[in-house]
Amino acid sequence: MAVVDTALTETPAQGATDVSQGRFLRAVLRNRKAVLGALILLLMAFVAAFPGVVATRSPQAAIYGQNSLPSSAHPLGTTSLGQDVFSQLVWGTRLTLIVTLIVSAVATAMSMIVGVTAAYLGGVTDRVLTVITDVFLILPVLPLLILLAAYLPPGATSLIIVLCITSWAFQARQLRSQGLTVRSRDFLLAARARGERSLYIILVEIVPTMTSLLVASFLSLAVYVVGFAATLQFLGLGNSSELMWGTMLYNAQQASALEAGNPWWALAPGAAVALLGTGFALLNYAFDEIGNPALRPVRRRRRRGRDRAAA
Amino acid sequence: MTEPLLDVRDLSVDYLTEAGDVHVLSGVSFAVAEREFVGIVGESGCGKSTLLFAVAQLLSPPGEIVSGEVVFRGGDMVGLRGGELRHMRWRDYSMVMQSAMNALNPMNSIGAQFADAMEAHGERSRERIRARSREVLELVGIDAVHLGSYPHQLSGGMRQRAMIAMALLFTPQLVIMDEPTSALDVVAQQSLMTKIRELQRRLGFAVLFVTHDMSVVSRYSDRVIVMYAGQIAEAAATETIFERPLHPYTRGLMNAFPSVRGPRREMAGIPGAPPDLAHPPGGCRFHPRCPEVMDICPTREPALYERDGARVRCLLYEERAAVGARAEAPRSGAAQADAAQADAAQADVTVDAAVDAAQADAAQEARP
Amino acid sequence: MRYLARRLGLFLVTLWAALTVNFIIPRVMPGNEAQAVLATFRGTVNPAALHALEIQFGTNVHQGVIASYFEYLGNCLTGHFGVTAQNVPVINEIASKLPWTLGLVGVTTVLAFVIGTLAGAVSAWRRGGRFDGLVPPSLFILSTVPVFFVGLLLIYVFAVKLNWLPLQGNYDIGATPSFSASFIGDVLKHAILPGVSLVVVTAGLWVYSMRNNMVTTISEDYVKMARAKGLPERQVMSGYAGRNAVLPNLTGFAMQIGYVLGGSIAIEYLFSYPGLGYLFYTSTTDHDLPLMQGLFLFYTLAVLVCVLIADLFTAVLDPRMREA
Repeated sequence: MAVVDTALTETPAQGATDVSQGRFLRAVLRNRKAVLGALILLLMAFVAAFPGVVATRSPQAAIYGQNSLPSSAHPLGTTSLGQDVFSQLVWGTRLTLIVTLIVSAVATAMSMIVGVTAAYLGGVTDRVLTVITDVFLILPVLPLLILLAAYLPPGATSLIIVLCITSWAFQARQLRSQGLTVRSRDFLLAARARGERSLYIILVEIVPTMTSLLVASFLSLAVYVVGFAATLQFLGLGNSSELMWGTMLYNAQQASALEAGNPWWALAPGAAVALLGTGFALLNYAFDEIGNPALRPVRRRRRRGRDRAAA
Repeated sequence: MTEPLLDVRDLSVDYLTEAGDVHVLSGVSFAVAEREFVGIVGESGCGKSTLLFAVAQLLSPPGEIVSGEVVFRGGDMVGLRGGELRHMRWRDYSMVMQSAMNALNPMNSIGAQFADAMEAHGERSRERIRARSREVLELVGIDAVHLGSYPHQLSGGMRQRAMIAMALLFTPQLVIMDEPTSALDVVAQQSLMTKIRELQRRLGFAVLFVTHDMSVVSRYSDRVIVMYAGQIAEAAATETIFERPLHPYTRGLMNAFPSVRGPRREMAGIPGAPPDLAHPPGGCRFHPRCPEVMDICPTREPALYERDGARVRCLLYEERAAVGARAEAPRSGAAQADAAQADAAQADVTVDAAVDAAQADAAQEARP
Repeated sequence: MRYLARRLGLFLVTLWAALTVNFIIPRVMPGNEAQAVLATFRGTVNPAALHALEIQFGTNVHQGVIASYFEYLGNCLTGHFGVTAQNVPVINEIASKLPWTLGLVGVTTVLAFVIGTLAGAVSAWRRGGRFDGLVPPSLFILSTVPVFFVGLLLIYVFAVKLNWLPLQGNYDIGATPSFSASFIGDVLKHAILPGVSLVVVTAGLWVYSMRNNMVTTISEDYVKMARAKGLPERQVMSGYAGRNAVLPNLTGFAMQIGYVLGGSIAIEYLFSYPGLGYLFYTSTTDHDLPLMQGLFLFYTLAVLVCVLIADLFTAVLDPRMREA
């Protein structure tokens, strides 16, 4: 799945395209991981949309006592500047989530364009695009991210840009495989016979058949984007005045929060990052299982106390 | 009457899926005598491959034998513990699969794969292993130099023959074959089948042979079992079945295979498709496609009836006594009604179809 | 073999791409970052080295882009990757910090691979059992957690609260490097927390993919055939299933080394562990662009070498590749 599948092995196209809507929904609901993941994401979305409801204090105002421990007034304590950690965490959700979603969406779209174009046009275009994709896949992500970020002014926009540049290749291979299987189908021949242009065919005819794979790609990407964004900011390549979980981590580390006895300042945003990543990962894991029956959980049942001789 | 080599009694196999149990095989019973060549035919999805794997105790999850017995040489194999079963494997019965390319380990040479079977059964001597490997290769007409070859280096036909040679390492009494010729072209098929028959006569093993190709069965088998939707539809000696097919399904199968030498006939397939797993037909499972369907067919499930040396599951023949009605009788009405058929053509079952089936509410058909 | 030749080709193309990235980025990125940085070099760096940097970064040059490009490539091929802000050749700087990172990351990667692969294989073997229900999902979730968070937790628990293990550096301040047992023990003590963080997260990566590969392999006919022959289950799992699950996917596993290396950068920063990752971090705060680009190149090379080694293993051990 995810990172490994982008290697030499061409992964089979995800089979969920033929599953009808209702059946799909039921399969999702039945899957515990999917439900848990969805709940986490819904929680995050809620907090991002209505931070004022969850945290009543101002996140940036440095008016509360410095470095105080968790109390009923400040559930996660305060920073070294006297800001309420909990409020920061809550208000930071929005920008963190926005960056994650934008990057995942854009990178998935880019992956799709490259993958499907390569599949559909074939020949030299295909080979060139595949080589470019492979190159970007091998290039180590964090070093490249750091390098790119160093040239750009620190901030969420730069973050989005550099993350898109390093993530577009991630799913291009899978999307190309899927594109290849779709390529020769009759409705495409019909479209070509009508004289439609390639771009039209790609966007209007092919892409809709790949929705499940696109969703899966989006989820896979999101898992890693969350972590990479936070890591970049943690390393100091973000804008510490922007409120995101990653910048909180950076500030906490710079103020040696752990040693200073104010661990929640560092641990809370870290945990939030982990939770968001996990939410996406659970949904992704569940999606894999739904799409690939071989991976589904296996029930074992003992019949009449008999041992099962075969495996 | 001598005891049969293999006696399958009321075997039922389920696929346990998250969405429910799919009844792939329902109450299958038949016997194979020593040196007998029994062919099992049916459409894709009738459960014939599942039957083979169940008999060989090779079902993997989510498949499971839920009831019945597989009595081999007097002992029930179902429920045997690992060690005892392993001792019997390959010595007493062996298996030949459909595609040798898939059934042979791509990383090991042919010789190595022969050797590990022998070593697993206690043979330590390298010379004896080599000697025996040569012998079996010779039996199928492959030069011994290929012991060092890898599966991908051999041609399709050679691979299949190598697989058959491997199955004969211990000269077992029963060889189970799952469509070993379907991956080959017609000429190779012919030569392989002839070779199998010749070896069978020479070495005296019984064969349980699954295929969807009636013509193969007609030339080589002693008896034929026709399966449909997880049950035996008809079973009889080969000539009997070909001369006088009783079940409408069997007749449909006969008509679907043109004979080169026979009189020119209009070709007819069997209209419709195997039962939808979500809504298995009530009563006789074949009734929606049956050209001779009667009014009671959708409501009553036929048992296997005996008629002139054949067993047939069709209400057309109900006046005669039901054969082994207790053994063959369908399970409780409700269970029968919501039994579903899974597409089990290969070992790796696509559970999608099974999910389709199990998703539906259990069809409790009204019974008379 | 054609397979190896193709892989070697990809190796070279990627290497060339990385070199070109280093050349293009300063010219393409908005702003005058390169200019500003190199301006600070003027005092400390000797003129020849400065010239080499100027053609790499495209500042202050009086020659065409193409000419600069080839001169730059020539420099790289002869091992001249520029100098740092302290006028130390980049390559020397990297070489001095390399052993520490190699030790930490090398060992943890191997450990993580072994653990991950075994755990993945066992959980696939015992599908539906307790091991499978527990280990892969937890390890997988752990692998989605950013490495530094695991590091943070470990620091908090073991270094701050329990005070069992040191929380930074590679050996105690004031200790002199030697091959004595006490020094080595000291080094190991300092390597435990960063090492464990890395192993935990990267093992998780491999567990999941190995388990899925293994599950697919187990459902293959030749595994069934192996069972049918009466081979003991252990042999079936290792010789028939395991080998076939790992070997064709070895290259895929190797491609994840890039992610591992990224994690090691964050970990070295967190633990102030003076290896290449920490060097990378300080080069960003110092705006030492030549060093950063040199490090980027080095990390890329490291990944490429690992992938090539995996390709070699595959080509040698997989009989099907010998023909290709």
